[in-house]
Order: sequence, then C-alpha cells, then structure tokens
Amino acid sequence: MLRIEHAYWLLALFLTAAAVLNLRERRAWAAAFWAVLAALFAGGDAVLAAAHAGDERPAQLAGLGVIALALLAPRMRRGHLPERDAAARSASAARLGHRLFGPALLIPLITAAVALAGERIAFGGTRLFATAQMTLTGLALSCAIALLAALAATRAPPRAALGEGRRLLDTMGWAALLPLVLAALGGVFAATGVGDAIAALTSAAIPVDSRLACVLAYGLGMVLFTVIMGNAFAAFPVLTAGIGLPLLILRHGADPAVLGALGMLTGYCGTLLTPMAANFNIVPAALLELDDQNGVIRMQVPTALALLAVNLVLMYVLVFR
Amino acid sequence: MNYWPLLGVAVVVAGFALRRNPVLVVVAAGLVSGFAAGKSVGDILALLGTSFVSNRALLLFALTLPVIGVLERAGLREHARAWIESLRGLTLARLLIAYLGLRQVLSMLGLTNVAGHAQTVRPLLAPMSEAAAEKRHGALDHAERQRVRALAAATDNVGLFFGEDVFVALGGVLLIQGFYAQHGIELTPLHIALWALPTAIAAFLIHGVRIVAFQRRMQRAVRAPAEAADAAD
Repeated sequence: MLRIEHAYWLLALFLTAAAVLNLRERRAWAAAFWAVLAALFAGGDAVLAAAHAGDERPAQLAGLGVIALALLAPRMRRGHLPERDAAARSASAARLGHRLFGPALLIPLITAAVALAGERIAFGGTRLFATAQMTLTGLALSCAIALLAALAATRAPPRAALGEGRRLLDTMGWAALLPLVLAALGGVFAATGVGDAIAALTSAAIPVDSRLACVLAYGLGMVLFTVIMGNAFAAFPVLTAGIGLPLLILRHGADPAVLGALGMLTGYCGTLLTPMAANFNIVPAALLELDDQNGVIRMQVPTALALLAVNLVLMYVLVFR
Repeated sequence: MNYWPLLGVAVVVAGFALRRNPVLVVVAAGLVSGFAAGKSVGDILALLGTSFVSNRALLLFALTLPVIGVLERAGLREHARAWIESLRGLTLARLLIAYLGLRQVLSMLGLTNVAGHAQTVRPLLAPMSEAAAEKRHGALDHAERQRVRALAAATDNVGLFFGEDVFVALGGVLLIQGFYAQHGIELTPLHIALWALPTAIAAFLIHGVRIVAFQRRMQRAVRAPAEAADAAD
C-alpha cells in the first residue's frame, strides 16, 4: 500500500542527491542544509512514533535539526544556476513541440485521478493508496510517473533529473523551507497561548453593543491574525471563539453558517497580504526568480483590499438577515 | 492570561522589517514564545521538532522539480512561449482570466493540488503570460517581465483561495463545521459552502478587472513613447 511516508522518503532521497551535488561543487553550507533536511524527512515518522510512545528524545533531536537549518539558512547563496544554453533549448523545443506538454500535464491529471478514484483502486483486496493524505500521495506518484515520461520523451540522460531538479531547488534555496518552519511556528504559537492572548486583547478593546463594531472587529481581526500567523485556518478558531461566537452569534443573533464562511474568506484576504504565508507568496517569488521577494504580495494588495471591503459589507448585510 | 508569548510575534515583525533571513527569524520567534510561556528547553525542542515533521507535506511540491527541470532543459518554456505566440487573439488578459476561472472551478471540485506555483505557474503559466504580453507590445524589459510573472503567481493564488471554500469536503469548510460542532452548533457542510459563493464571484470579477487594467496600462506605456515620436516628426 502506498502511504504518504513513501513520498517523504522519496523526497529525502532527492534532498540527499542535492546535498551531494552541492558538496562536489564545494558549496558546503548548501550541502549541509539539504543534508540536515533530508535527515528530518527520512526520520520524521520515527520521531512522531517515538513521541507518540512517550519518548521525547528523537523529537528534541529533530528540534535541534530545525535550529541547525535556521543557522545554516543565512549562509546559503541563492541565485540563478547555469542552465543548458538557450539555443540548444530552442532547437529541442522546435523538435519536440507539444510532446513537452505531455509529462507536465501528467502531474495534474494523475493527481486528480488519484484524488477522485484512488479509494477504489485495489489489487487482490489490498488497496493501492492509504486513505490519509491520499491526494498528496497521488501527487508524489504522479511526479515519479511524469519524470519517467519526461525522460522518455526528451531522451535526456537519467542523471539530468537530479541535476536539473537540484538546479531548481538551489534557485529557491531556503525559501523552499519557509512554509514548513512557519507551520512549525504556528504549532508553537498555538501551544504557548499566543492566539488566546491576541483574542483577549481584541475583545477587550471593542464596544460590544454595536453590531457594526463587532463585525469590523471580527473581520479585521481575522485579517490581522492571518497576516501574523500566515494562515487563516489558525486564525479562525481563535477569532471565532473570542469574538464571533460570544458577541456576534450569541449576543447579536448572527447566522453561524454565513459568519463562518465569510469569516474564513476574510482571513484569506489576509493570506494574500503576508510574507508569513510563504508557500503562496514567497516561494513563487523565488521560483519565478523575482528580484523583489515581496513582488507577488505587491501585485495582490489591490485585489485583497477590494475583496476585504466586499466581504465586510456582505458580512454586515447577510449575517443579520 | 500570560501575555509574554506575544514577544514571539514581535520577533517576527521586527525580523521581517529588518530583512533578516526569514527562516532564522521564524525559528527564533518560536524559541522566544516557548521561553516566554515558561517551557523548559527540552519541551521547546520537542515541540519544535514534532511541529516541523508533522508539516512535512508542505515541501512535497519539491518532487515536481526534477520533472519540471528535465522538461525545461528540453525547451518547455521556449515551446510554451512559441505556442502562445502562434495563437491569434490570445491576449495576456484572456489567458490569465481563463486560468483564474479554471483554477477556481477546479478548487471548487476539490482539485486544489492539481495546479500550483511549482506544477503549473513556473513551467507553463509564467512563460505563456510573458509571450502573450509580448505579442501586443513587443519585447518586455526586465521590470515589466517581473511584473507579468508576479501577476501570473497572484492569479493562481486568488483562484485557489476563493474557489476552495465552495468545496464541501475540503479543509476550510470542514474546519468551520468542526469548530461549530465543538461548540454545540450543528451545520451541514453544504450550508456553509453555499455562503462562500458570493465572495468567489466577487473575487473573479475584481481580479479579472485588475488583469484587464494591467494589460491596458502596459499598452499605454508602449503607445505613449511611440506617439511622442510621431508628434516630433
């Protein structure tokens, strides 16, 4: 049975290869960075299993690994690594034509197929995919299949896969890791009561008798909290427990379904505005080799603010119907 | 209530403002919050470690990089550009608005991982957008090229965020339902998802208008020097 852990092991292999290639080019800091990350990916399940069984030591070791990554990150050089020259790429593009799109499109197609039908694929009573995170397992499988298809279609030597993959990985450098450490920070914030402290401060500051003030506090609080945490999912339970439920729903009789849907979407406006939502805002800036790390956010600001205004009006009009 | 863990938030804000390395800033903020909450060194390390490995899914997109790299080596971006150039009538605005709509609909069906910055924006949408922009106003300079790429990435984000919440069996809606169930309010997922529709439509309209305005501004920027040259004749 294919499980999400297999995808993590595959990724650990790729990260190890990136470390080795960097070491050969005497980029020692980058090599160390990818090697530590590979170890965290390969050993992650053992860490979680041990923590579950009450042994904290592997988790503490992983924590030290995360601190090592943080210390290595500022020493990595990011930048455009040399590619195959443009003339050779253009000639190859003219020769291969639409065959180049095939493997690229296999990734979304196979991922979608696994997401939709993965539960029904079984051989001799054993299911091919474990239920947990099946779509992401499908994404990993689709990448493996698409890689074989890409190598076959382009007749590239297999080692090109590691070399080119590593070229893109080093182009992103530490930015690739940012979503993960931010999510880890979210876990730490939740466990240390940061959310509760913010909710307590917000609800102490608003005039609770005014519907408008409560709607504004809830909506803007969702945005602010999402900007800080980088994630509307982290903001929603805190703000809804602190303001939405006691003030809007219980005191002013707001419709919970409408309030929940619009509250979450208002939080998403904050996601468009913050570098803390690194996987959406900072990773693409690195992937697209933008000079300005905040270039994607700058482009999103007008859409986010206009949509925020629309959401606040919708909330005020719809929740008290 | 212990307000000291808020120091972690201050570390994040200060670190980003001072342009320190974000990975370093974020890990430092976690340590500060942990100490401020009165946790022991061992507890903080374990919390950091388990939080990190529990979120490994966020780096899975890196598995697409070898595929994309091999295809780029064989000219994927060049072909995407050439193909867009050959399609008459396909402007930057039409390309991006079509992508926005498609991304929203796919997200509404729960197919959020089908597209993304690594899967579709870098190899396909960004070079296609550059080619579509160049058709109307000739070669882009460095700054314009960067802005077109940023708009392509922004379009992917808007399409994902404001389609996702209309799907009943995905993170957002289930989180809302679960939260209310914990507090004694029973709602069906469909009931919640329905109320995400007005915002989804507003997002499509607002971002669509912005894409059209972006294209107009680019064209005006090209036309202005050309007209100045005509006037000088």
